[in-house]
Amino acid sequence: MTEVAVRTADRRQARVPGLTDPVVMVYLALAGVTALGFITVEARGGDFLTLTNVVGILHNSVVLGLVALGQTAAILTGSLDLSVAYLISICTLVAAETMNGQDSRVLPAMLVVLGMSATVGLINGIVITKLQVNAFIATLGVAFILRGYIEDNYTGPAGKVPVSFQHLGYDRIGPIPVSAFVLAGATVALWLVLRRTRLGYHMYAVGGDEQIARLSGVRTHRVKIAAHVLCSLSAGVAGLILASRLGAGAPWAGTEARYDLESIAAVVLGGTVLAGGRGGVAGTLGGVLILAVLDSVFNQLGVDPFFKNVVRGAVIIAAVALYARRGQRAGDNT
Amino acid sequence: MTALAVDIRREGLRRALQAGAPVYLLLAALLVAIAVADPGFFEPDRLLAFAKRSAPLVILAAGQYLVIVSGGYDLSVGSLVTVGVVVAAETFNEFPGAPWPAVVALLLAGGALVGLANGLIVAVLRVPSFIATLGMMLILEGAVFYWTQGSPHGSLPEDFRALGRGNAVGSLPWAVVICLAVGTATVLLMRAAFGRTLLATGDNERAAALAGVRVARIRLAVFTLSGLAAAIAAVLVGGFSGISAQAGRGDEFEAITAVVLGGAALGGGAGSVVAAMAGAFSLQALFTLLNLHGVSGALESTVQGLIVIAAVWLGAVNWSRVRRRPATTTPRGEA
Repeated sequence: MTEVAVRTADRRQARVPGLTDPVVMVYLALAGVTALGFITVEARGGDFLTLTNVVGILHNSVVLGLVALGQTAAILTGSLDLSVAYLISICTLVAAETMNGQDSRVLPAMLVVLGMSATVGLINGIVITKLQVNAFIATLGVAFILRGYIEDNYTGPAGKVPVSFQHLGYDRIGPIPVSAFVLAGATVALWLVLRRTRLGYHMYAVGGDEQIARLSGVRTHRVKIAAHVLCSLSAGVAGLILASRLGAGAPWAGTEARYDLESIAAVVLGGTVLAGGRGGVAGTLGGVLILAVLDSVFNQLGVDPFFKNVVRGAVIIAAVALYARRGQRAGDNT
Repeated sequence: MTALAVDIRREGLRRALQAGAPVYLLLAALLVAIAVADPGFFEPDRLLAFAKRSAPLVILAAGQYLVIVSGGYDLSVGSLVTVGVVVAAETFNEFPGAPWPAVVALLLAGGALVGLANGLIVAVLRVPSFIATLGMMLILEGAVFYWTQGSPHGSLPEDFRALGRGNAVGSLPWAVVICLAVGTATVLLMRAAFGRTLLATGDNERAAALAGVRVARIRLAVFTLSGLAAAIAAVLVGGFSGISAQAGRGDEFEAITAVVLGGAALGGGAGSVVAAMAGAFSLQALFTLLNLHGVSGALESTVQGLIVIAAVWLGAVNWSRVRRRPATTTPRGEA
C-alpha cells in the first residue's frame, strides 16, 4: 500500500519536470558541454558561439539526427536497427542513379528511395516478429545482405544529383540550413506519432513489456513492424540529404560515419533506455546535439580526429553512467 | 525457470547437444558441401589448416558466450584484437630483443585489464553492456589510430608469429592446441558452479541475486575472461595474418553471430558453449565454401546474412519444440 502511495507521489512530482527528468538532464549536459567548449575555445583565442559555428553545428547534426530519430522509434519498442548504415549508403546510390542529373527525375527518385527504405524496414520488422529472430541478429543479417549488394555492384561513387536537388543539402533560409528544417519536421512528426497517436502509446507499451502489451490486446507484431518502417524511412531521408550534399551516391556514405552504432549511442545519450519503453525524441535530439557540439569543439581546437573517438567513447559511457545512477530505483536494464 | 540449473546438472550432455542441435546440423551440412566441392579438403593437413584459420574466431566465441549467456554483450573484442596486434608490434619495435613469452603475457594482462574495466563499468556504474562495450570500442579504436596514425610500425618476430601459424608437434598447429585448451577450460568452467551461476544470472538477474549470487562479481569475471579471450585471439591473429590497424575489425559481430548460431539466447540464460564454438566453425566453413564456389568476396556477406537469419530462425523453431515450452512463454530478453 505504502509503495503504491509512494509511486503515485512520484508520478505527481514527475509532472513538473525536475532536475532528474532525463530530458532536462540531457539538455543540462548539452549546456554544460557547450559552456565547457566555449571556455576552452575562447581561452585559446578562438570564437565559439559565432553564427557560422552554430549554423555549422546544426548542419552537421542533421543526418545523424534523422537516423537517431528513427533509431529512437525502434529502441522504444525494445528493438534496435543495425542495418541503417548500409541502408543509407544504398539510398544515396539509388537516389543519385535514378536522378541521373535530371531535374524531372528528382521526385520519382525520392519516392523510389522512400519506398525502398520502407520495404527494408518492413523486412526487418517481419524477420524480428514473425520469424522470431532476435533484433540484433536480424538487422545485422539484413545489414550483411545490403553490404553484399553494395560491394558487388559499386566500387566508387555512382550517379549524379541535379543542381536543383543539391539545394536541399546546402541552401539556407536566413541563417538556418534547409536540411535543419527537414530534421525539425521529422522531429515534430515523430513526436506527434509517439505522444498523440495510438501507435505511439502502443510502442511505449510494447517496449515496456511486450508480454503485458500483448495480453492487453496490443498487436505487438504490427507495432514493432511499424517502428522498424519508421526507422528505415528516417534512414532513407538521411540518405537523400547525404546524396544531395555529396552530389552523387557513395558506397561508404553511411558506413564511414558508422551511423548504425553512432545513432544508437546518440539515442542512449539522449536518455532513452536501451531495453525500451522509456525515452523520446526530445532527448535524442539533445544527444545528437551533444555529439555535434563536441565535434565542433574538437575541430576548433584542432584535436586529432582519431582522438575524438576516444573522448566520444568516454563521454557516452560517462553520460549513461549518470543516467543509470538517477534511474537506479526505476529498474534495471541489461 | 528455477529448475533450469538442476536440469542442466542432471542431463547436461543431452541438453547441450539438443540445445545446439541445429548448429551441428548446419556444420555437418556445410562440411558435406565442402567435401562435394573439394574432396581433398578432408586430408589431415588441410583440415588442420582450416582449424587453424578458425581458431581466433572460436576463441572469441567462447569468450563472447560467457558474456552473452550471463545477459550481456561484448562489442569491444574486435577492437581489443586490433589493439593487441598493434601493441605487440610496437613493443617489438621498441624492444627488438623482447622475449616472446613476456610480450604474450603483456597482451594477456592488458586484455584482462580492459575486460575488467568493461566489467566495472557494467557492474559498478550500471551502464548497459551494449553501451559500455560500444564506448570501449570507440576508445580503443580511436586510441590505436591516434597512436599509429593508421599505419602501425614494426614487425613481429618469427618465434612470436609461430603461435599463430607454426606447428606445435608434427603437423598439429599451435593455434589448434590453444583453441582446444580454451575450449576445454570454458567447458569445465561452465560445468562448475560458476557456470550454473552464470546461466542463472543471465536467466533472471534479480532472482539470481536474491538466491545469493554475487551478480557484480559474475559480471567482472565474464568481461575479464572475454577480454582475456580477445587477447589470446590477438596473439593468434598477429601470428597468422601479421600487423594491421584493421586486424580485428568486425570480429565482435562475427563472434556474437557464432554464439547465436550455436543457439544461445541473446539476453542470457540459455545456450551451450560447445555449440557456440561449433557456430564459429560453421561461420568459417561457410566462408570456405563460398570461396570454393568462387562467390565474389562482395556477395559473400549477402549469403552470410541470409544464412545467419535463416539459421537463427530455424534454430528458434527447433529450440521451442525441444524444450516443450508452454505456448504462453515467448522468448524473452531482446536487446
